[in-house]
Amino acid sequence: MRRYAFAPLLVAALTLPQAVLWAAPLAGEQAAVHVLNRAAFGPRPGDIDRVRQIGVQAYIEEQMNPAPLPLALSQRLDKLETLQLSAGEALARFQEARQEKNGERRELVKQMASEAAEARLLRAIESPRQLEEVMVDFWYNHFNVFAGKGQDHVLVASYERDAIRPYVFGSFRQMLGATAHHPAMLFYLDNWVSKAGGLNENYARELMELHTLGVDGGYTQKDVTELARMLTGWTYAPRRGAQFVFDPRRHDNGAKTWLGKPVAARGVNEGEYALDVLAVHPSTARNISRELAQYFVADQPPPALVERMAQTWISSNGDIRSVLRTMFSSQEFLDPQYAGAKYKTPYQFVVSASRASAMPMTEVKPLVGILARLGMPLYGCQTPDGYKNTEAAWLNPDGLSRRISYALSISSGADAAAVQDALGASVSKRTAAIVADSNERLRAGMLLGSPDFMQR
Amino acid sequence: MQRRQFLNALAASAGLILPLGPHAWAATMAPGSAAPTGKKLIVVMLRGAVDGLNVVAPVADPEYARLRPNIALAKPGADDGALNLDGYFGLHPALAPLLPLWQQKKLAFVHASGSPDASRSHFDAQDYMESATPGVKSTQDGWMNRLLGALPGEATPTRALSIGPVMPRILSGALPATNLANGAAGTRATPLDRPQIAKAFDALYAGNERFAKVYLDGRQAHEEVMAAANSGSMMAEMQAADNGAPLPNGFPDDAARLATLMRNKPNIQLAFIALGGWDTHANQGAATGQLANRLQPLGVGLATLAQRLGPLFDDTVIVVMSEFGRTARENGNGGTDHGHGNAMWLLGGKVQGGKVAGEWKGLADAQLNEGRDLPVTTDFRRVLAHVAERHLQLNAGALARTFPNLPSGPTLNLV
Repeated sequence: MRRYAFAPLLVAALTLPQAVLWAAPLAGEQAAVHVLNRAAFGPRPGDIDRVRQIGVQAYIEEQMNPAPLPLALSQRLDKLETLQLSAGEALARFQEARQEKNGERRELVKQMASEAAEARLLRAIESPRQLEEVMVDFWYNHFNVFAGKGQDHVLVASYERDAIRPYVFGSFRQMLGATAHHPAMLFYLDNWVSKAGGLNENYARELMELHTLGVDGGYTQKDVTELARMLTGWTYAPRRGAQFVFDPRRHDNGAKTWLGKPVAARGVNEGEYALDVLAVHPSTARNISRELAQYFVADQPPPALVERMAQTWISSNGDIRSVLRTMFSSQEFLDPQYAGAKYKTPYQFVVSASRASAMPMTEVKPLVGILARLGMPLYGCQTPDGYKNTEAAWLNPDGLSRRISYALSISSGADAAAVQDALGASVSKRTAAIVADSNERLRAGMLLGSPDFMQR
Repeated sequence: MQRRQFLNALAASAGLILPLGPHAWAATMAPGSAAPTGKKLIVVMLRGAVDGLNVVAPVADPEYARLRPNIALAKPGADDGALNLDGYFGLHPALAPLLPLWQQKKLAFVHASGSPDASRSHFDAQDYMESATPGVKSTQDGWMNRLLGALPGEATPTRALSIGPVMPRILSGALPATNLANGAAGTRATPLDRPQIAKAFDALYAGNERFAKVYLDGRQAHEEVMAAANSGSMMAEMQAADNGAPLPNGFPDDAARLATLMRNKPNIQLAFIALGGWDTHANQGAATGQLANRLQPLGVGLATLAQRLGPLFDDTVIVVMSEFGRTARENGNGGTDHGHGNAMWLLGGKVQGGKVAGEWKGLADAQLNEGRDLPVTTDFRRVLAHVAERHLQLNAGALARTFPNLPSGPTLNLV
């Protein structure tokens, strides 16, 4: 039924001559800059040349099937002690710290937050597996968990590692399942306490509204309540390894009707059935394809592209790599009108500035600080919708002035010529001329604080 | 002075019709507009749906305690009891700093108010409350930006001010508005205050179609705010009012700064600030606990705002609103789920307060919306339009532009 709703868009796209729709695609250095701005967090020195050599599509294929991390980087990540903890170990430490003397728990939370941030930013800045890091940013926001809520202080690191990272190019159903079972999500959206006769709708609602179908995806308040009933008993044992547990005593075994269909009492399988249905539902395909196209192509993504991605979603049963391939190989993706069309989020701005200036990340604190001041604290989005990535959300007078200040503060001592070289064609002739005409000490800061560098 | 001339030249070279300077903004004034009224509006938005039934609690209704066996506030007079408002409703005890304003009849509530749209999505409902076009997602601007266009007087970037790192939907639109960082960072010098750096970046941004306007708005607003913040009177006043003890971080601190800025910078007419963390699905507590911990700084901050505005409080209305209310029944986890009607709060020197307005149907099962939450008996736009009409003195045409398709209903008498 819902499938037919897309038909008019598809017909329109097929019947218009292609020449009317698309200008000549980006090529050469322009294409390399564009793909590095979208499938990576901007160029580091030498990246543009490399992409030009192997070609845009080869670069994307390589990024979707990446080689292991370089040894130096993985060794550095291994040194971050709390990052190796399982969810259960992290939670056990958290709870032990509660019993101990004042301040111990605060110290633990501080260490875990700092190490999680260091790992995330270190990878985003230095990992050659850039698209993976971009997808982690995308999917973590899609399945956002706020680190400031109770036990989630110590669970977000394992959540990202165990429920997000392994699946960013894989099966959406598997990622959906991993997030649904992880204690971080069970705690964040309260499903762990929901039980027969004591229902909590929080997760069931956001599961449909944000994680899958979308707010206009065709469900009712009754569907929210029924789904919450199907998910009763999905919990975890905080003091026993924090593993997912289905507790049949908490499960509502009554008859249910969800999305127009009767649901027989099947214990934990009711919830698994719901995830099966939601993962490949046409509304989900469309909703997440639109989100992806908004993140990677344009704030108002071309509807015909979204439709083709949704069709790939459906035909591939939600295989993320296939959907990405449809998007990256589309004419829309390399349409010159979208070059630089996205305004960077604070995260993209901060990470890309470190990459362009090739500064080794020695201290994570200043990065964490600027992200908070720009309104995008890492793991700090309170609400389950995650951070937006549109210009309307992030372009504002105070934010722009703070980005400029940050660009100046990090670039003292940076080699302006090297920065300009790294950025290649993303620096306009006009900007280059004004920078060349300015005080030498300001030049690197001007490049990173320029209008050209605010966009991607 | 030189800076201003330079910005003017910059705008001209940018090919922008962006008049700068105290009088140049006349070009953007509404036709036939008169002098500014001097009336102020501050909107405080509680994102996440605050539990209005525990803010202005119907403590005398036996249904209330029945529906909320673990989280209902006790009756006034009991230990940790609600603060008596009118014998039927009681105020959450964490909001004690606001009780004097109630007693002075400068605080009113409109209960069972909210959006006619049935959505229980936070994000849609907030969007509707900020666009003031419930059910219509395509509205581009926020109602406070449209209001800006409807007010008589000059539209400078600091006329509408938001405190927070991003520009809220409610202030987005064609007319300039600005945002200030939370905390002391909002009134601190930046590298762009140094002439050499300013010159370099002015050149980079001049003529940039996409960013020049935001850049210039930011530069001008910062200049104005710094002038106000560094005026001797503000420094002295802040110190005197603090009496050596700084306010707690967060809302009270931002509220105090906003009040002082507004007193020192008369052209600030609209202000907005949002507070999060109200989505209490589990363990929200009663007189103490999670909700109380959120309400406490809100109460302190609003009382501070009222006090620090001084005489200006008579010219100010503060509206506190949230996207929807929460279920009348507590859920299985000592929390509440997404509901519908909520209470709006109005504070101001000339607010006709000391009353809980709005049609109240009680909490009997048959009276609840969909058997679960408060019906909306007063459309939130009618409350906002009432303030805009009576307090900000908008005429009918301006009112219709700001609040299109305004529904009718019984007259409110709150301002």
